[in-house]
Amino acid sequence: MPDQEQNQQYDVTVIGAGVVGASIARRLSAYQLRVALVEKEADVSFGTSKANSGIIHGGFHHEGSYLKTKLELQGNMMFDQLQRELHFPFKRCGILVAAMNEEELKAIQFLYHRGRENGSAGIELCSRERTLELEPKLSPDVVGGLYAPIGGIIEPYRFVFSLVESALRNGVELYRDFQVSRVERDGADDFYRIFDRQDRKILSRYVVNAAGLYADEVSQLFGAEEFQITPRKGEYYLLDRMTQACPSKVLFPVPNQVSKGMLVIPTVEGTVLVGPTAEEIRDKEDLSTSREKLDSIFDSARRMVPKVSTRDVITSFSGLRPVLEGDDFYIEVSKKAPRLIQAAGIQSPGLTAAPAIGEYVKDLLKKAGLPLQEKPDYQAEVPRVPRVRDRRPFDVDDLVRRNPAYGNIVCRCEEVSEAEIIEAIRRGHRTLDGIKFFTRSGMGRCQGGFCTAKIIEIIMRETGLPYHEISKRGKESRVFWRSL
Amino acid sequence: MRSEITDALVVGGGAAGMAAAVELDQQGFSVALIEREDELGGVLLQCIHNGFGLQEFNEELTGPEYAERWIETVKKSKIQVFTSSTLTEINLLERNLKECFIYSAVHGVLRFTTRTVVLAMGCRERNRGNVLIPGTRPAGVYTAGLAQRMVNIDGYIPGKEVVIVGSGDIGLIMARRMQWVGAKVHGVVEIQPYPSGLTRNISQCLHDFDIPLYLSHVVSRIHGIDRVEAVDITPLKNGVPDQSRTFRQKCDTLLLSVGLIPENELSKQVGIELNPLTGGPMVDSMLMSNIEGVFAAGNVLHVHDLVDFVSAEARLAGQKAGAYLRGWRPKLEVQVKPGANVKYVNPTKVDPTGQSEIFLRPLIVSNHVSLTLSLDGTVIKRQKKAHVQPSEMIRIKVNSKIFDQHTLKGDTKIVVGLEEMD
Amino acid sequence: MAEKTATKDMVCIVCPIGCRLKVSQTGEEVRVEGNRCPRGEVYGREEILAPKRTVTATCTVISGRHRRLPVKTDAALPTEHIDSLLQEIYRLKIEAPVEAGQVLLENFKDTGVNLVAGRRIPN
Repeated sequence: MPDQEQNQQYDVTVIGAGVVGASIARRLSAYQLRVALVEKEADVSFGTSKANSGIIHGGFHHEGSYLKTKLELQGNMMFDQLQRELHFPFKRCGILVAAMNEEELKAIQFLYHRGRENGSAGIELCSRERTLELEPKLSPDVVGGLYAPIGGIIEPYRFVFSLVESALRNGVELYRDFQVSRVERDGADDFYRIFDRQDRKILSRYVVNAAGLYADEVSQLFGAEEFQITPRKGEYYLLDRMTQACPSKVLFPVPNQVSKGMLVIPTVEGTVLVGPTAEEIRDKEDLSTSREKLDSIFDSARRMVPKVSTRDVITSFSGLRPVLEGDDFYIEVSKKAPRLIQAAGIQSPGLTAAPAIGEYVKDLLKKAGLPLQEKPDYQAEVPRVPRVRDRRPFDVDDLVRRNPAYGNIVCRCEEVSEAEIIEAIRRGHRTLDGIKFFTRSGMGRCQGGFCTAKIIEIIMRETGLPYHEISKRGKESRVFWRSL
Repeated sequence: MRSEITDALVVGGGAAGMAAAVELDQQGFSVALIEREDELGGVLLQCIHNGFGLQEFNEELTGPEYAERWIETVKKSKIQVFTSSTLTEINLLERNLKECFIYSAVHGVLRFTTRTVVLAMGCRERNRGNVLIPGTRPAGVYTAGLAQRMVNIDGYIPGKEVVIVGSGDIGLIMARRMQWVGAKVHGVVEIQPYPSGLTRNISQCLHDFDIPLYLSHVVSRIHGIDRVEAVDITPLKNGVPDQSRTFRQKCDTLLLSVGLIPENELSKQVGIELNPLTGGPMVDSMLMSNIEGVFAAGNVLHVHDLVDFVSAEARLAGQKAGAYLRGWRPKLEVQVKPGANVKYVNPTKVDPTGQSEIFLRPLIVSNHVSLTLSLDGTVIKRQKKAHVQPSEMIRIKVNSKIFDQHTLKGDTKIVVGLEEMD
Repeated sequence: MAEKTATKDMVCIVCPIGCRLKVSQTGEEVRVEGNRCPRGEVYGREEILAPKRTVTATCTVISGRHRRLPVKTDAALPTEHIDSLLQEIYRLKIEAPVEAGQVLLENFKDTGVNLVAGRRIPN
């Protein structure tokens, strides 16, 4: 093997830096391995992991025979420790399924038994009174409910960012803008040669396919199993934190034959999500939102929470679930391509299951022959980023004394300081969306109307990037046309 | 943490804040003026076009020139100016005192104790989410004010082929600005059957460049993955989009000029009652909110179309805040209500013993209108108006004399209406 | 042969009423219709014979606290000169400090119109 290739040799390459890839990479970073994490977008978590419900599920939606149910419950239990280590926004606020009529009451009894069998700790059936006491924002028309106290909410991109950061601190190498487009294996050694569109190359003995919507295409590039991932679109509306409709628990309707119904989700940051729709589409890039469904979405949500109003909408977005035939996760050692682990079809409850998937894939790699030896200097914890919004004025005064940039409030809606934006840039987030997801700047009610120009100025100052390389989310998403 | 005491704290160093602060200073009160940007002037600094100041200075000025006149006056005063400083919190203390926390990279955290607060934070732009434009989410969609800042302050042009949604004044001004920096504006799309900006801007910013104005049209979809590639434009028929007549316009940039909303997050946090019609605080004849000693003026109170009116209103707020500090209160207030064809009136109370000014926002476009003032059902003033339209606010003066023949009670009401004549 | 008549529709901007004017020109003769007052006639006549606009833009400012200096013409400029003035403005590089009202281009194309700085920019 030529010498220059030594630098690009990895024991394991994880393809896809969404929540699944990031969880796997972080788990592997605890061992004495050289690990690469490659992502086709300009930043991590820019695919399915940035646009979803952000729910930590309670283990009563699917039968226990599914792999995903097992991983969902295991994953759920891992979040408290993960939060202590990684400090992402997470709240075990509980999930409440609201039954609005007698028929739905029967359905939640069924869900209750399934939850019990699956091992959803503390799950209970609630009378109308108890349901309303648990969630006063519910319509008085509610007749009963199912309560899963282990359910919760999370900021999904912040979770992924912290997983990746932890992985990087423990030696994992991240390749952004690396879209796997060609794979070679000459048989002379045990290495896959993986090329991106610019012909950048890395070599890897083991590979994990965590490419989400594109897992089918990646599998094909490796000459592995043939399967098809179908995008299923979910549209969401985000409501301002001033809304009267913010519940204290995640609220699920009871699904029926006609419709799955809309959820009302309180985010950890105090805003409210309404959605998602579910629509099979073809185009894996089609993240467009529509207007036609607006009324039905809000009608459905208002049935449960009457105070939900379109007047509080600050933005809408959509995400694509990577749906695989058979409806379960597909996490196995490839039978066709040696030393390849498939982690595909990971739609809901993928976010909840991700930590357990990391564990599961690590075990599969071991089974496939990868020697695992623990790193003596593994650091589980990442340093906390102080946030002005979460602090009282006296604490902010201390922060400003240490670093004046904490006193410069750049995003007024979400109260984000210049210091937090600089920190995001130093941690590798150089696009407007990347900085937005890391700091929340531009996520509030003005949607970047006031802070965008200032953030661009800070990016240019901190990175030396010229104006024409400032982008919304990498690639051709440039912000400016020319300079005066 | 540095602690300070002042008679008055003015939040916002734009046109409204400066006028209120100057007024209070001239009355001999100690004033702190808080501004989050690194210099005073507010949004005026990016409004480089002219047309400001005809009422205040009797000449046509550009935004920066208008701001500079006020900045000079502030400099000559004893006002304590805190730039690069953001007020994040107001707490109500005993004896009607207020505690304000201000974050600043220069001063650290400041804690002010003050007897009065004048809110002058201005307004913000409605955005894509507020008007729910469907489609993809590419780069190249900006509010007109953000684009104005990019071009005029930072010197970067956001795009080359432009479509503008909404015919508000900022959008119209930006149409001309984009043409003048070498971009092409393909059209302005307005949902209403009439333009929402001033006639003069329609003429000089659109007609001069042959830019089409699509009235009763909406942008029904945005196309493009990374950057905007095109938009769908759909005409309205009986108020609903007629999809069969949708056409596609190629462009790389979409600017939104779809309305302004008073910035009242701070007001809500303190517990100020807001007027759902204006989005700003409910104020009495002193421009004081339901919280004793907290006043509001300018675009934070209701969105104005002329900066001269903002200055005048803020000067009044400064005067009244001064009167409040000296212990003065009106003996009796008369309520003001919007009547026929009026969207809102501001303030919603007047002091019948003094001169008052009422602003009203029409709901109709007409060249034959009579403005009527009724007191408990009796018309006491009637005034012909040559022209009214929603984009032009009407200011009326109410003289105490008109109340002379009437016995005033606590529940006396004035109703201001616009009657269309045949 | 009779002289050609050129007609232009415009909206009068002298006051908010916005009269819709029909202005026609036959040789030296100008006819204004649709105006409600004499000011409208003056406006229509000027718009067809010698339209003028105040130009506002920004130019580069060096070593100041800002990148761009707002500039304006101190009087309305005949519209045929606007494009060349804009080209000139975008080429200008002014050294800070700048005072408001400072003349940057004098008597542009012999029109008697000057380009002046729209604000003060200190060093």
